[in-house]
Amino acid sequence: MVEHRPWLTFLTHAILLLGCLIIAFPIYTTFVASTHSLETITSFFPFLPGRHLIENYQQALTVGSGEVGATVGSMMLNSLIMALGIAIGKISISLLSAFAIVYFRFRFRMFFFWMIFITLMLPVEVRILPTHKVVADLNMLDSYSGLIFPLIASATATFLFRQFFMTVPDELCEAHRIDGGGPMRFFFDILLPMSRTSIAALFVILFIYGWNQYLWPLLVTGDESYYTLLIGIKRMLDVGEGQADWHIIMASTMLAMVPPVLVVIFMQKQFVRGMTETEK
Amino acid sequence: MEKRVIFKNRVLPYLLVAPQIIITLVFFIWPAFMALYQSVQQEDPFGLKTTFVGLDNFAYIFTDAIYLNSIKVTMIFSFSVAVIAMSTALFLAAMADRVIRGATTYKTFIIWPYAVAPVAAAVLWYFLFNPTVGMISFFLKAIGIDWNFTLKGGQAMVLVILASAWRQISYNFLFFLAGLQAIPKSFIEAAAIDGASPAKRFWTIAFPLLSPTFFFLLVMNLVYAFCDTFGVIHAITEGGPNEATNIMVFKIYHDSFESLDLGGSAAQSVILMFIVIALTVIQFRYIERKVHY
Amino acid sequence: MFNLRRVILIGALITLVIFPATVLAEPITVNWWFAHGGRLGEKVQEIVANYNASQSQYKVVATYKGNYTDTMNAGIAAFRSKNPPHILQVFEVGTASMMAAKGAVKPVYEVMAESGLPFDPKVYLSTVTGYYTAPDGRMLSMPFNSSTPVLYYNLEAFKKAGLNPDKPPKTWTEVAEYSRKLVAAGYPGGFSTAWISWIHLENFSAWHNVPIGTKANGFGGMDTEFVFNSPLHVKHIQKLADWQKEKVFVYGGRRNKGNALFSSGQVAMYTESSAGYAGFKKTCKFPFRTSMLPYWPDAGAPQNTIIGGASLWVMQGHSAEEYKGVASFFNYLSKPEVQADWHQFTGYLPITHAAYELTKKQGFYEKNPGTETALIQMTMNNPTANSKGLRFGNFVQMRAIMYDTLESIFAEKQSAQQGLNDAVGKGNKLLRQFEKAYK
Repeated sequence: MVEHRPWLTFLTHAILLLGCLIIAFPIYTTFVASTHSLETITSFFPFLPGRHLIENYQQALTVGSGEVGATVGSMMLNSLIMALGIAIGKISISLLSAFAIVYFRFRFRMFFFWMIFITLMLPVEVRILPTHKVVADLNMLDSYSGLIFPLIASATATFLFRQFFMTVPDELCEAHRIDGGGPMRFFFDILLPMSRTSIAALFVILFIYGWNQYLWPLLVTGDESYYTLLIGIKRMLDVGEGQADWHIIMASTMLAMVPPVLVVIFMQKQFVRGMTETEK
Repeated sequence: MEKRVIFKNRVLPYLLVAPQIIITLVFFIWPAFMALYQSVQQEDPFGLKTTFVGLDNFAYIFTDAIYLNSIKVTMIFSFSVAVIAMSTALFLAAMADRVIRGATTYKTFIIWPYAVAPVAAAVLWYFLFNPTVGMISFFLKAIGIDWNFTLKGGQAMVLVILASAWRQISYNFLFFLAGLQAIPKSFIEAAAIDGASPAKRFWTIAFPLLSPTFFFLLVMNLVYAFCDTFGVIHAITEGGPNEATNIMVFKIYHDSFESLDLGGSAAQSVILMFIVIALTVIQFRYIERKVHY
Repeated sequence: MFNLRRVILIGALITLVIFPATVLAEPITVNWWFAHGGRLGEKVQEIVANYNASQSQYKVVATYKGNYTDTMNAGIAAFRSKNPPHILQVFEVGTASMMAAKGAVKPVYEVMAESGLPFDPKVYLSTVTGYYTAPDGRMLSMPFNSSTPVLYYNLEAFKKAGLNPDKPPKTWTEVAEYSRKLVAAGYPGGFSTAWISWIHLENFSAWHNVPIGTKANGFGGMDTEFVFNSPLHVKHIQKLADWQKEKVFVYGGRRNKGNALFSSGQVAMYTESSAGYAGFKKTCKFPFRTSMLPYWPDAGAPQNTIIGGASLWVMQGHSAEEYKGVASFFNYLSKPEVQADWHQFTGYLPITHAAYELTKKQGFYEKNPGTETALIQMTMNNPTANSKGLRFGNFVQMRAIMYDTLESIFAEKQSAQQGLNDAVGKGNKLLRQFEKAYK
């Protein structure tokens, strides 16, 4: 601190604390709601957690809610498969294409580079219907490949790795070649281990990105056995007949938030790194 | 910038880029061209009959009151989300930059909502403001506000803006804090010695230095509001009441999948595509500076 | 950390592999894509299993494809990629789109005639099948789940407000009177509604025997125009808007989002689909009954109400042998026992006279008072050109416009007259667009 002003420091702390509280408030109420019975929530909203925690979460995980036939347990598994599929898929294909672009000279190299660049400008939201049609034509509706593949092309990851590979000293590659090593050995034995931190940072970001996908799974899943958790929650809200099962919905929402939030909290360093490096 | 040392192989590089390129072609480039093609066609949902109609679809949407309203709504929504999320984040970041003790803890507590999916955030806020069970709507009613966002467009808009901005505060906070911490302390100290108050120091020194971050975030927030907030609208208002929250991306989804209006939705997709491309291009120009400051 | 090398190789490999198409090639399989989740979905599977067990020639495979919109989109996508199911369940507002798609659907009467199986359209309830019938009386799709709106009322609240539970309101004027008494007795609101456009515009028109569109509500041709801005329509909607101020009427949101208003006791009367009965049975902690939809006595009411729900369409592109299987399955579905069971389990209307009679004979209506209301309402008069149903293109958008319009009228941004005029204008534009796409 530049100068000493105790009241200002105090005020700063107070504001920050208040900020944290306001930001956390919706989550707190969600948690509270997820520990009460439906009757309690709908009659007068409680401020403190209730006694139905285990019961509600158990029901969510093993039974589900309303007309949604899938359990939260199975939907979480789908979300996990999708998140891991996207994270690993994106990282894999980006590493390979960045390697090709940096370490080889070939026809159409720049053309390919620009083609990958263009994907940045075409989020799924601007090509909803035609992408859906392509996936339908490939018979990939209601399948994990349909959930994952259309989302794994990534310009950001490719750029990140490209940039990173550029900083790798040429001597390493030279030495490797003098030893008679081939390109793939170089990739696996030298480049990949060196990229570990970038991969970890990217993995955190992409896992969150994949877990939080909503529009795309909404389009390609009709069959409940492929619902991701977020789609399931929205469908639980849609139960029109009578009261929505708020206690179950809130428990499911908590479960939908826990994995990515834990990832952020426990891998904060990688997360921050990933955010500041990958955001294009 | 090019590598000096490279490998020589005729086939391998193509194999290496193949997965990325195939995915890009099949799921990005081809659908984008289909959208362009479809936007000048009039077609029934089953694809039984297709007629070339030139720019009719564009002419139709630009005279369609619902679409024009949707553009207006999108602008109000996006800028409100950006302004609220950015100003709150900047304020908190400026505070967090001042404190020495507990800074990391505050940071953790402020950034984690970023991990919450927009649609999950929507469910949280929907619950709080739900006219029948919501806690906040209960208080609002108690102080005499007739809270019913299912009927009042203004209230619905406020709700979706809050739900969308909430999560984005974390994102902006992270970048503002990084930006603030990158400012050399000597600048601030010099001003302090000249007797400038903390507020004045912030506005005259820190803020101008933050401007690249500021513009970068503005673009990112707009892209977020244009595209990623679909889940918020879908879960809370479905574009209603009376189209008050019918943002462009939601309308495209609705026209494509509920109304089955292929030509019209393709034309809307093309327009959104141009907006996003324009934003990306702008963003890239600022990125260059951001990397260098 | 994980074994990077392996993960990356596998990741890349999977990407390169072309994903195997899953096409079922069993000889006489009949695929049916349906849109019921949960309890109803299990019931559908039960019906199918019973059918499959009843004979050995055909095997129906029922696949749940999500909600109505998802299912219809999946069917369309499958048709475009030349792999459609045999039977597709489509909600009633998609009817005009399906009808217009002549090359994509095979009319039910044709399927039945070609199969050589006995088929008599007269055994079906005309008010149900009418919705899915061509002007010349030939059946285009097989009704499956149909319902109609009725008035639900809270017996407990009626008693508290000093109202006679055996005398539910018959007219809208009475509804308003009752509501005022309920509000005076301390209830937060009088009545509310689900599916407001379906009940208060579409059914309202049929019930009062006034058209919602020209050309027999679109049955007579695609050059139909909306006319739901007549004085009667305007009067009703304006009344709803005005009644809000005294809490006689409370708007509860789109679709059936307002159901909680009734089940939580915030309003004591509620207009909702007859199929909502089972849901209210589960959620309401008070006794309730149903009675007929209220009307304005000075108009042509009560005529008959129209249905909502979905029907089964047969898709083109399959062999004659497979269509025989479809016909055989439809025959099974129309059996009185099957229909009566479906009707009693779900609250949807039976589609044949025989199923209605059977249910009566079984004493179901006596044991479950109020469940017959919908049927009485549907069958009390022979349907007229105004009450047969509706057939408008782009009707999904039209519903959205109706919601928007009503919401803006209730928010007092527009008068009922202005709002309905605007909606008719917007709607006619949609109709012309639809006409253009199919001509």
